[in-house]
Amino acid sequence: MNTDAFNKQLIEAFGDGARVLDNGRGQLTLEVPAGSWLETARALRDDFGFEQLVDLCGVDYLGYGQDEWETRDVTAEGFSRGVDALGPGRFRWRELPEAGAVENRFAVVVHLLSVSGNRRLRVRTFAPDEALPMVPSLVEVWNGANWYEREAFDLYGILFEGHPDLRRILTDYGFTGHPFRKDFPLIGNVAVRYDEDRQRVVYEPVAIEPRVLVPRVIREDSRYKADEIDQAADEAAEQAAEGGSDRG
Amino acid sequence: MADINNYTMNFGPQHPAAHGVLRLVLELDGETVVRADPHIGLLHRATEKLAESKPFNQSIGYMDRLDYVSMMCNEHAYVRAIEQLLGIEPPLRAQYIRTMFDEITRIGNHLMWVGANGLDLGAMTAFLYAFREREATMDMYEAVSGARMHATYYRPGGVYRDLPDRMPQYRESPWTRGKDLKRKNEWREGSLLDFVEAFAEDFDSRVDDYETLLTDNRIWKQRTVNIGVVSPERALQMGFTGPMLRASGVAWDLRRKQPYAMYDEMEFDIPVGANGDCYDRYLVRIEELRQSAKIILQCVKWLRENPGHVMLKNFKVIPPTREEMKDDMEALIHHFKLFTEGYCVPAGETYAAVEAPKGEFGCYMVSDGANKPFRAHFRAPGFAHLSSMDEMLRGHMLADVPAMIGTQDIVFGEVDR
Repeated sequence: MNTDAFNKQLIEAFGDGARVLDNGRGQLTLEVPAGSWLETARALRDDFGFEQLVDLCGVDYLGYGQDEWETRDVTAEGFSRGVDALGPGRFRWRELPEAGAVENRFAVVVHLLSVSGNRRLRVRTFAPDEALPMVPSLVEVWNGANWYEREAFDLYGILFEGHPDLRRILTDYGFTGHPFRKDFPLIGNVAVRYDEDRQRVVYEPVAIEPRVLVPRVIREDSRYKADEIDQAADEAAEQAAEGGSDRG
Repeated sequence: MADINNYTMNFGPQHPAAHGVLRLVLELDGETVVRADPHIGLLHRATEKLAESKPFNQSIGYMDRLDYVSMMCNEHAYVRAIEQLLGIEPPLRAQYIRTMFDEITRIGNHLMWVGANGLDLGAMTAFLYAFREREATMDMYEAVSGARMHATYYRPGGVYRDLPDRMPQYRESPWTRGKDLKRKNEWREGSLLDFVEAFAEDFDSRVDDYETLLTDNRIWKQRTVNIGVVSPERALQMGFTGPMLRASGVAWDLRRKQPYAMYDEMEFDIPVGANGDCYDRYLVRIEELRQSAKIILQCVKWLRENPGHVMLKNFKVIPPTREEMKDDMEALIHHFKLFTEGYCVPAGETYAAVEAPKGEFGCYMVSDGANKPFRAHFRAPGFAHLSSMDEMLRGHMLADVPAMIGTQDIVFGEVDR
């Protein structure tokens, strides 16, 4: 079955509130509201033959599409002053940037695989409440989701309702914060070292300076807008042709 | 009478059979495992967050350090994700080189596995044999990239450089001389391809050696047959991929089902197990060794006949050569931009997976149009396999714990990321 037919099937099955995105590389993404997350998962497993959950991860969309370096207007003061001081990775704990009210900040993305149908599908949902992101757990649908959800909880602080054992998994015992959030500094919060005098390992606030060698930039690139340019050219040609016929 | 309580024991984090830093909290009833709780993350380096803070090309080196015994396969997934977002396709020769090195990597990984798993279960000799051949795969890495392990050889748009015409040779030393020196240099007279071909042609006989040591070995079979049986349904439910899934009887291999690089041109068989126990997983991996050698020979044949570029000519993504920079201003500008800022990748998201030796290694990448990934997530096969440890171990004896860790082919670089 080609992606178009499959696309239609998905829309028919999950139509209300859900949408299907095609990234043009034969990969489909199904976006559903968090409320119907569990039913969608069950239907995908039972009716669409997705026996396996290959991957589950959290995404923090804070700062999506923002660059740190103003490249459109040249500054007279040189490189470093054009850089936004609170860009990702540039701050410490005490100058933590205020996370603005972002709609749909936390997403849970799942990659499914149908071994029988040889097909993949990406399913995404956004956690409704940004302060307390909560999404139903998929462990009962695919048991393999267990550790992946623990990881997403650990790194992003997304809570999975109904998870049998939602503990931290990757970070240190007694760790505070959720390190993969975009407003968590890259240099971290505490440093660990062995103290010769006290004869034990001690935790201290980090002493290193946050440092970024390459600023994050977004450049408008006409090569990736070939379609838009073609379209504009076609429209211009059409107008010109119409104009020509009027005159004729 | 006093109650007899279950005994809780720490296995690791520093234990020779833990294959890295695994802390396994075992609840034992006598010698039977009642519950196993793996604590991971002791090797967590936040690779994904680091990747988000660096231009795309600067993270290729991190990929080697994820699953540090199948380095180039990890690079392959990452590089393929970038290529998909950029919409570029590497030249054919680069695709063949990648296919060949993926299989060399698979041989290196499975040799490590056969040796280490044998060692866990008391078979010392297989380890010595396997590492003899593994050294040759390291030499191939070194010849092509300059590094024995952390190659950083695959790049978006191709591979870093073409295969060398000369294979480095051993020099005389107090440890390598006379007949020994001659034997070691026997295959190294010609190019890298000659060396790879000689290795792959001879490799079947080496696999026979390991099989003589293990396959019908009574102790080996006692330690592996009917240990850790996983049904195909459970294997799918728990997210198994690669040899772990195939040994349970599911014929699923990305190289065949969703081919990438040049795998659709290759002729090879996919071994599938019947019982899903440790012994089947051993047999599947042994057969994969033989099949990998077969694929390598097909690649060598094509690479000999078809010289050509191994990198795209696209200055917007791929840096120009030194020579071009010397007499072309444009090339110099592109070089400067690529090394100070990198290239911007169009906004979008993609998931690229490869059949790594341990299973499906995937890279989910979200780009917002910047010169750094907005989100990079790596799907490591070992993570899913290790999460099933509790279920696989329940009811087994304490002595089966190393067998189970071994059979899952765990490497903490990728589990903890």
